[in-house]
Amino acid sequence: MMDLINLNHGSGGKASQDLIKKIFIRSFGDPNGILSDSAILNIDSKKIAFTTDSFVIDPIFFPGGDIGKLAVCGTVNDISVSGAIPKFLSASFILEEGLLINDLKKIVVSMAKQAKLANIKIVTGDTKVVNKGKCDKIFINTTGVGIFEKEYNYISTGDKIEVGDKIIINGALGDHSIAVLGTRNELEFKIGVESDCACLNELIQVLLKADLKIRFMRDVTRGGLATVLNELSDIISLGVELDEKNIPVHESVNGLCEILGFDPLYLANEGKVLMVVHPNDAVKVVEIMRTHPLGKESKIIGEIVSDHPKMVVGKTEIGGKRIINMLQGEQLPRIC
Amino acid sequence: MKYINEYRDNVLVRKLSNKLRKYNDLDISLMEVCGGHTMAIHRFGIPSLLPKGIKLLSGPGCPVCVSSISFIDKAIAYSAIKNVIITTYGDLIRVPGSQSSLEKEKSKGADIRIVYSTLEALNIAKINQNKKVIFLGIGFETTAPASAVVIQKAYHENIQNFFLLSTHKIMPPVMEALLNEDVKIDGFICPGHVSTITGSKIYDFIPDKYKIACVVTGFEPTDLMQSIYMLAKQIHDKTPKVEIQYSRAVVKEGNVKAQKIMNEVFETRNDIWRGIGEIPDSGLKLREKYKEFDAELVFNIQFESKGENPACICGDILRGLKTPKDCNLFGKTCSPVNPVGACMVSSEGSCAAYYKYQNYDGFN
Amino acid sequence: MCLSIPGKVIKISGDTAEVTVGGTIVNIGIQMVENLNEGDYVLVHAGFALQIIDEKEALITLQLLREMNDS
Repeated sequence: MMDLINLNHGSGGKASQDLIKKIFIRSFGDPNGILSDSAILNIDSKKIAFTTDSFVIDPIFFPGGDIGKLAVCGTVNDISVSGAIPKFLSASFILEEGLLINDLKKIVVSMAKQAKLANIKIVTGDTKVVNKGKCDKIFINTTGVGIFEKEYNYISTGDKIEVGDKIIINGALGDHSIAVLGTRNELEFKIGVESDCACLNELIQVLLKADLKIRFMRDVTRGGLATVLNELSDIISLGVELDEKNIPVHESVNGLCEILGFDPLYLANEGKVLMVVHPNDAVKVVEIMRTHPLGKESKIIGEIVSDHPKMVVGKTEIGGKRIINMLQGEQLPRIC
Repeated sequence: MKYINEYRDNVLVRKLSNKLRKYNDLDISLMEVCGGHTMAIHRFGIPSLLPKGIKLLSGPGCPVCVSSISFIDKAIAYSAIKNVIITTYGDLIRVPGSQSSLEKEKSKGADIRIVYSTLEALNIAKINQNKKVIFLGIGFETTAPASAVVIQKAYHENIQNFFLLSTHKIMPPVMEALLNEDVKIDGFICPGHVSTITGSKIYDFIPDKYKIACVVTGFEPTDLMQSIYMLAKQIHDKTPKVEIQYSRAVVKEGNVKAQKIMNEVFETRNDIWRGIGEIPDSGLKLREKYKEFDAELVFNIQFESKGENPACICGDILRGLKTPKDCNLFGKTCSPVNPVGACMVSSEGSCAAYYKYQNYDGFN
Repeated sequence: MCLSIPGKVIKISGDTAEVTVGGTIVNIGIQMVENLNEGDYVLVHAGFALQIIDEKEALITLQLLREMNDS
């Protein structure tokens, strides 16, 4: 490992994972524990989901959202994919001297709106102000708490996954990354793409209540689909086979990916959940998702296989095969 | 998307894969010398569609991989000069120099910016009049004209704070150098977009002098498969020549206007190709008329440049003499997250591409 | 060394053009091409048009492939 933190450590790919394992887990945690989006805690024999997240995105306003909306949705989703019902959030703000109060107001109003839509309450918080230059306009840290109505441990651990289970995604990949990229000044692109930032709790609860055999869920954020699938195949020590031509990607996202040399499989999302479902229930899960606004473009995109354990193999658009690794570092625009 | 999707047609690819079975008994090596081809071949899983006897070799087609270590060291040294902004294509940011990389220097506070186009870099110079903007010019004949255009623009618009550090190179000399080595190359998958600019005429010497097959190839799966078929046929029929598969973008004479711009701004010089060594008349430098834009002439700095890690065999790999498996550092000390040599750092370097395939033998 | 993508020219102004690639609109330099018209397809590379795509040749390539027999 290198001695300085660099941007790769924050990109959600291998460098991030290494940092977590070698620095954080080593001091804080159980080295054999599973890294999941929320911690599932036992308090007086009641199970709760507990999570924390920090939001430092630049730009703070982008098509389809802002840093506040991201903070609420990101935290709600971390809780929701464990099977718990999110109830309460905390929100801490680190504000840079010189930030427009109007901007702060817009962000906070946006957070309140999302909280209302998601049926959660923001109940406590903190504010700090730092000198100009010591943080980038605004950083938000959240914690979230949710309760379990049923025993859903296996949804985070993947214990019940079997060969033949299908892999489902609730919609198109990459919108968030591309929407944000388009807002940055450096690139002279006009992109009609909005972030997919959204709270998934309602969609997920509808599916859980339908009592279908959902084996595993994880939200697909930094590092993209490829990273989540690699994490999954590693946890369950089975193989993942992806049918690339079934992966939904909007045309405008594809266009920009082609220009800059990005692979949509590695782009960040903020409103996507990956599910692993028993083959008998997979079609029904997709049907139900498609009746919900956040699942209209749901598709079955792959399956769990016994071949190539711990590896993700993609069947390419033209029928070839390629290994899909975890994101190594940040994706960069290429000319080659 | 037009001109893309039609060339990714499953049915056509399968037809070509079937047709290639006609050459099941051939034992041939085809070398591609274009990073874009390395990427496309990997992305679409082309090797899994070919008969066992047709091997694809990856040559020095990745401009990142062949830029000398001292180029990076120099760029890093420039980035430390007060009021200098380094502008670069994303490809260079992680390339390891002797001690550091542009990425590492950026995390220490150097003003290093990734741009998509030289026009952006020139714009940065216009906006930041009190700073000196140096653009790192890597790339072959596909990309050199982009540098030439902005130098002409800077000259005509009298922009005094924009400079080019050129490590642009041209293809024919390195292809000839490869043929003079001990590498078994039966055919070249010739670069598609280099040829858009230069025309296919630059490869005429290869079948003429060396009797080796050449097909100028596009980047979509059907382009690659069709080219491989055309090469196999030339080799089987013993009729080596230069053919253009990528006819929708390449003609024999090339893009004459772009060539004129390039020639007006650049002249050739001897240049060092990382892992290969010095090749005469293989690099591009700014002509006398444009010397005030030449970073190497304007900025006088001292910097240290060490040699490569002695265990690094990128050079042999770039020339197709060895494979990444043969390298002691591969996968251990040298990986995509922590690259030692250039073949690993660029996502189309042979080692980076091989890293993705290394554990899976189940494709054929 | 060749990440170029076909884009359709939708507007030309001086030595730049607006080009669309699957819904994304890019502003590129057109100093390297001649006789460019709106509606033409060009190869876009690093912010420039490298060449106008020859529609006739493109169709010939596809035609050849489609007429190919499997044997």
